[in-house]
Amino acid sequence: MAHAIEADGLVKNYPGDVRALDGLSITLGQGEILGLLGPNGAGKSTTVKILTTLVRPDAGTAAVAGHDVLRRPDRVRRVIGVVSQRSGADPEATGRENLVLQARLYGTGGAQARRRADELLERFGLGEAASRKVKTYSGGTRRRLDVALGLVHRPRVLFLDEPTTGLDPEARASMWAEIAALAGDEALAILLTTHYLDEADRLARRLAIVDRGGVVAEGTPDALKGELRGDAVHLEWGETPEEAPVRAALGRLPGLRDVVLDGPRLSARADDGAAAVPAVLAALDQAGVPAAAVTVARPSLDDVYLRYAGRRFAQADTAGTADAAAEPAATGGAR
Amino acid sequence: MTALIAGTWWMTHRRLSALVRNPAMLIMSLAQPVIWLFLFGQLFKRVVELPGFGAGSYLDYLVPGVVIMNAVSLNSFAGMATLDEIERGTLNRFLVTPVRRSALANAGVIEQALSTAFQSLVIIALGWAGGAHYPGAAAGLPILVAASVLIGVVLAELSTTLALLVRDRNTIIMLNVMLLLPLTFLSSAFMAKGLMPGWMRHVASGNPVSWALDAGRAALADDPDWGAVAGHAAPLLALAAATVGLAVFSFRSYQRSQ
Repeated sequence: MAHAIEADGLVKNYPGDVRALDGLSITLGQGEILGLLGPNGAGKSTTVKILTTLVRPDAGTAAVAGHDVLRRPDRVRRVIGVVSQRSGADPEATGRENLVLQARLYGTGGAQARRRADELLERFGLGEAASRKVKTYSGGTRRRLDVALGLVHRPRVLFLDEPTTGLDPEARASMWAEIAALAGDEALAILLTTHYLDEADRLARRLAIVDRGGVVAEGTPDALKGELRGDAVHLEWGETPEEAPVRAALGRLPGLRDVVLDGPRLSARADDGAAAVPAVLAALDQAGVPAAAVTVARPSLDDVYLRYAGRRFAQADTAGTADAAAEPAATGGAR
Repeated sequence: MTALIAGTWWMTHRRLSALVRNPAMLIMSLAQPVIWLFLFGQLFKRVVELPGFGAGSYLDYLVPGVVIMNAVSLNSFAGMATLDEIERGTLNRFLVTPVRRSALANAGVIEQALSTAFQSLVIIALGWAGGAHYPGAAAGLPILVAASVLIGVVLAELSTTLALLVRDRNTIIMLNVMLLLPLTFLSSAFMAKGLMPGWMRHVASGNPVSWALDAGRAALADDPDWGAVAGHAAPLLALAAATVGLAVFSFRSYQRSQ
């Protein structure tokens, strides 16, 4: 059977020399769940828009459940469910009305549409809210309705575009539980985009790390972390130290790899972090650039991101937000 | 074809449910034409005495003018609803379903047409209560209402197109405020064309608002000149069809450009 998603070499430019995608390729098998992890502005949402037929790529090919998104968008639309960043539910209608209309748009008959709506209301714990207007819903309730709307026609591929952005911790935990339950369904493939490291770590069995419009690393969260071989050693100075003596001091130490100096912070890897620390501190002292703080940690996805993108995730995320804000209004309506 | 009809039906159903749930808007927006009817009716009362005006009472002449002006004003804000849908993400939710793009445009047209027809009928009834006469009412009033719907569709579809392409509320408001008065005063809404300065008469003849007015007034006359009715209604109908096409195209273009 065809893959749930096969995208190859996707390129998308927006007016004003904004290259949103720069040759992005991903594959998602039947019934799998893939997380696209990347900072704001990395190209995750553009990827979702192309795969859901909302945007045409400038180059590259993409197929969803075997249907080409450019040549057969009508077929793609029948097999996908989309939960986008912005709700999309009609605030003036009730939850049930939204669901019934959604079922109708896929050609479902009246009685069946109502049955399906009730089924989903029950499954997502919306029974109490079913007859209230959506504008009275809390953020978490509204999000659960959005997911229900995406599942009305029993899609084969579900797109979850930043499903927990803006939710409070409690609503977020309950959404995670829903997504984990969906991931257990073997007939449903899920593409999840997120800029939360913990969310990607917890939900996605496979991850593609996206940076500046392309996939920079791919694998299971554990494999990605395992590739880093060893512990992360983080050092911090009161102010940005001179680079040359720091590099010279650390370069002499055996077993210390992947040294990345980023302002007053430094990250490196060591097979045994705790054992490496005394030597590191001594070497820096001798070189006249003593560190103010040191921590040793098991590798995290943040370290994975740093390794492949060359910067910390939080920094990239803030920078991405600034880029996104500077993007022309032409793309503004879509975000 | 059945998919198009079903899609149009469900999208229209959604819009009309919202309208029925919140009818206050439709009623409140009638305040403006009622004020026009009263103000213009009083202010210009004696212009019928001008030689060559050719109407018995100014109110008789004014009612079609207010009906059409109201249709222009009401529908030129249709783009605001489209912007709401874009900002909420509702439009994208529909665009990723199999629903036809033309069903989205059609639903807008049908909703606007029904609201416009309802308001036109209310204005005609108020005019009648105020003493206006409609000699050729049986055929004339339906044609006047139809003309108001057609000019309404033209404005609504242009407004929707603008919303989809420019995606900015202020642009729509500014254009509407700027265009409403010239569009209506450079037409036969309040003054017989024969009494206008020459240049204005030429502009008015090419103004679709005048086509709607002239079709409606000709049909309302004692002894209607059906040739004149058809001559004005035909280009109006063609223009309305063209603007619907433009709106469908702009839904597709929106999809490509976002």
